[in-house]
Amino acid sequence: MNLISVSPKQALLYAIPIAGVLLFLPLLIEPYQVTLLEYGLIFAIAALGFNLLLGYTGLLSFGHSAYFGMGAYAVAFIVKYLNVTSMEVFLLGGALASAGIAALFGFLCVRYTRIFFGILTMALSQVLWSLAFKFYWVTGGTDGLRVPTPSLLGVPIPQGEEKMIFLAHRYYYYVLIIFFLSAAVMWLIVHSPFGKALQAIRDNETRAEFVGVQVWHYRWIAFLVSGIYTGLAGTLWVPLNGLTTPDILHWTFSGKIVFFTVLGGFQTFTGPIIGGVVYNYLETYAVGHTVYWQMVLGVVLVLLVLVLPAGIAGTAERLILKPEKGGLK
Amino acid sequence: MILLETKSLAKSFGDMHAVNHVNFSVAQGELLALIGSNGAGKTTLVNLISGLLQPDSGTILFKGADITAMSVHDRIKTGIARSFQLVTVFDQLSALDNIELAVFSREAKTRRLFSLASSDHAVREEAREVLREFGLEDRAARAAGGLAQGERKLLDVAVAYALQPQLLFLDEPTSGVSTREKAPIMDIITSIVRSGKITAVIIEHDMDVVFKYSDRIVAMHEGTILADGTPDEIRRNDHVTTTLLGTTSSS
Amino acid sequence: MDTIVIHALNSLLYASVLFLIAGGLSLIYGVMRIVNLAHGNLYAVGAYATAWAVGRALGGGQPSLTLYLLLPVGAVTAAAVGAVIEPTLLRPLYKRAEEYQLLITFGLLLILEDLLRFIWGPYPLSASGLYEALGSLSFGESVYPGYNLVVILVGGIAAVALWALIYKTKFGVMLRATSQDKRMASALGVNVNRVYLQAFTLGCFMAGLGGAIIVPQQGAVLGMGVDALILAFVVVVIGGLGSLEGALLGALMVGIVREFGIAFFPEVELAILYFMAAVVLLIRPAGLFGHA
Repeated sequence: MNLISVSPKQALLYAIPIAGVLLFLPLLIEPYQVTLLEYGLIFAIAALGFNLLLGYTGLLSFGHSAYFGMGAYAVAFIVKYLNVTSMEVFLLGGALASAGIAALFGFLCVRYTRIFFGILTMALSQVLWSLAFKFYWVTGGTDGLRVPTPSLLGVPIPQGEEKMIFLAHRYYYYVLIIFFLSAAVMWLIVHSPFGKALQAIRDNETRAEFVGVQVWHYRWIAFLVSGIYTGLAGTLWVPLNGLTTPDILHWTFSGKIVFFTVLGGFQTFTGPIIGGVVYNYLETYAVGHTVYWQMVLGVVLVLLVLVLPAGIAGTAERLILKPEKGGLK
Repeated sequence: MILLETKSLAKSFGDMHAVNHVNFSVAQGELLALIGSNGAGKTTLVNLISGLLQPDSGTILFKGADITAMSVHDRIKTGIARSFQLVTVFDQLSALDNIELAVFSREAKTRRLFSLASSDHAVREEAREVLREFGLEDRAARAAGGLAQGERKLLDVAVAYALQPQLLFLDEPTSGVSTREKAPIMDIITSIVRSGKITAVIIEHDMDVVFKYSDRIVAMHEGTILADGTPDEIRRNDHVTTTLLGTTSSS
Repeated sequence: MDTIVIHALNSLLYASVLFLIAGGLSLIYGVMRIVNLAHGNLYAVGAYATAWAVGRALGGGQPSLTLYLLLPVGAVTAAAVGAVIEPTLLRPLYKRAEEYQLLITFGLLLILEDLLRFIWGPYPLSASGLYEALGSLSFGESVYPGYNLVVILVGGIAAVALWALIYKTKFGVMLRATSQDKRMASALGVNVNRVYLQAFTLGCFMAGLGGAIIVPQQGAVLGMGVDALILAFVVVVIGGLGSLEGALLGALMVGIVREFGIAFFPEVELAILYFMAAVVLLIRPAGLFGHA
């Protein structure tokens, strides 16, 4: 993407110290702070998935709340209708549900590009939102559906353990491992022949077609993978949040996903991760200090676009590493 | 042996007959120059044959088989590739990545999500070799968007070449390039095409290039073929020279 | 029979407002190739501004006919906001990839949402005095609110006025020339930047007008902008982005489906709408009047 190609060995060199810090965090900071970071990591997974479409394939979706929401509601439905509280079943259900919706929506959307693609993805996610609203006897309407703490790898929350402790320790490590795995897999995907094909489609759709890459097809696959990632994020999110409501299906949540990806820098691999984590702190701080936090986010986004389009990670890389010319202008 | 031929191929845009019932053919192994003034229909003809546009009527036969309704993807698979007049390469990918992509695509490996592109040494070697042939090996790691215009044009041709086509269409491979760069570029292209036994059709405006490098010239004007012959025949053809070149036969 | 007439009139009412919003969106896109995600919020600005002006002028007293002259306040306010937005937020992005304009207008959407809340608070604003003052007209065995007819009238006038502006004035020629080929237009002496500003302002004016004329009937409430935007999108999906005839036809279709849908099939009314949009997308991806 940007031409600072980091070899696998170099990538590990950066990742290992960070991984170390993340592993020891629960021992260093209080549980509430740990859960804040967890939300950030979950958003990071969603952003990684989202950026496969934006940064690598050149498609800006304003409807990713659909997949996050599907992942979340799948969990709620599994609890409500199957009476199962196994995290692994949640993950499987969430992945399947978000994959199904992404496959369908992707089929409708990938024939379009740019503005129309954005509008279409937005409208489709609104369809889901309005369904969640209308069928309130299934989805719990605006009250949403509660989800208890799940069992991890078959082990339920120990008797008498406080929920906050559970979330800040066992669940934290569970989320952390999935985060590492998904980041590693995404790194592999974007550096694979498939990943190169996507970038070619982003850079020049017609030329890609004339190199033998069937554009719609590859876009659809990217859409599917992207949806599954965001869906998994939604699945991980629900037990942490304890509750799922239609808010996460609303297009303003899609906008947040866009926002934190751009904040972190959509032209880099690590940008979405940074954006997801930073955004969570930004929102928590803003919500805690003012009613008009949407405006704060809006102003930040406008400034980002006008002044710092490369986002945090992109700007940092540009300042530190000075890459070759060539990038989304 | 005729590699490709069109039978009464036609395409109109409203009242404008861009390609007007054209019978065009290319023999295997030859380097054919397609000339004509702007709007003569050269690029439209190439667009029709390569699959970017669908014709209004007529057929296209490649190696005897009817490819008129074939998708772009299938046409590439049967052996037709092209470069573009307005340079189109993948700007944010490195020159090496650009070529590798063509190779991966040719070998149907682009579906692979879970293996590193850099771990496929055979592909990497082949891509480097192609860059070497085109004189671009020291540009391998550079973003395609950061290359000089002449290098980008060569890269565009190299990407099409890496698909190992039997028939290669080059749309003005030297346009936008300074005069002194034109000859080296054409030298590289023609030597690669000939040694690879690739049949090539080159759209060109520069008559010096056309007369020096082509085996055969087809001249188009207002959607139809005006003349078809060897460089000498075309040079002596008054009709062609006055219509296209604005001069009577000379030099 | 009377109920059919009422539903038909309601459809036209709905369509009038939708036409103004979607038409503005399409006009802006047609000329500038820009989609403003905050367009719905300009409709909301129009509604809030008008409701506020009417509330101030009324001060609890009885509305007089001159109050209706305040209705355009919303449209003018929205236009003014648009005139500020275009040169500051959008012009710097014309040379950049299209995605950036979506991003910045999304930021604008967030800002405007909270700005409305900041200025006018979280509670709905009403201008219902104007609505009630026109009473109802009776026909057959039913009555129909007089104000609704005013809205339909305004919608109709707007459609005709817009058509005249685009096809019969010099300004319209410049709009059409710029939308077809801005480089050529510029070479012919058209000040493209100014045309862009004017087109954008006009589009915002239309959205604001939509909000202004409907606010006596339904009040101004937070979130109305976003809801309107989604519906406007459905209209342009069906009618074709960039086409005013498409906006008109799309608005009519959406108006009819929504009105008769709510009346007879309330659960699936939204679904029918989206289904219709999906069908159009599959058969004619550019919309009924759109250009691919």
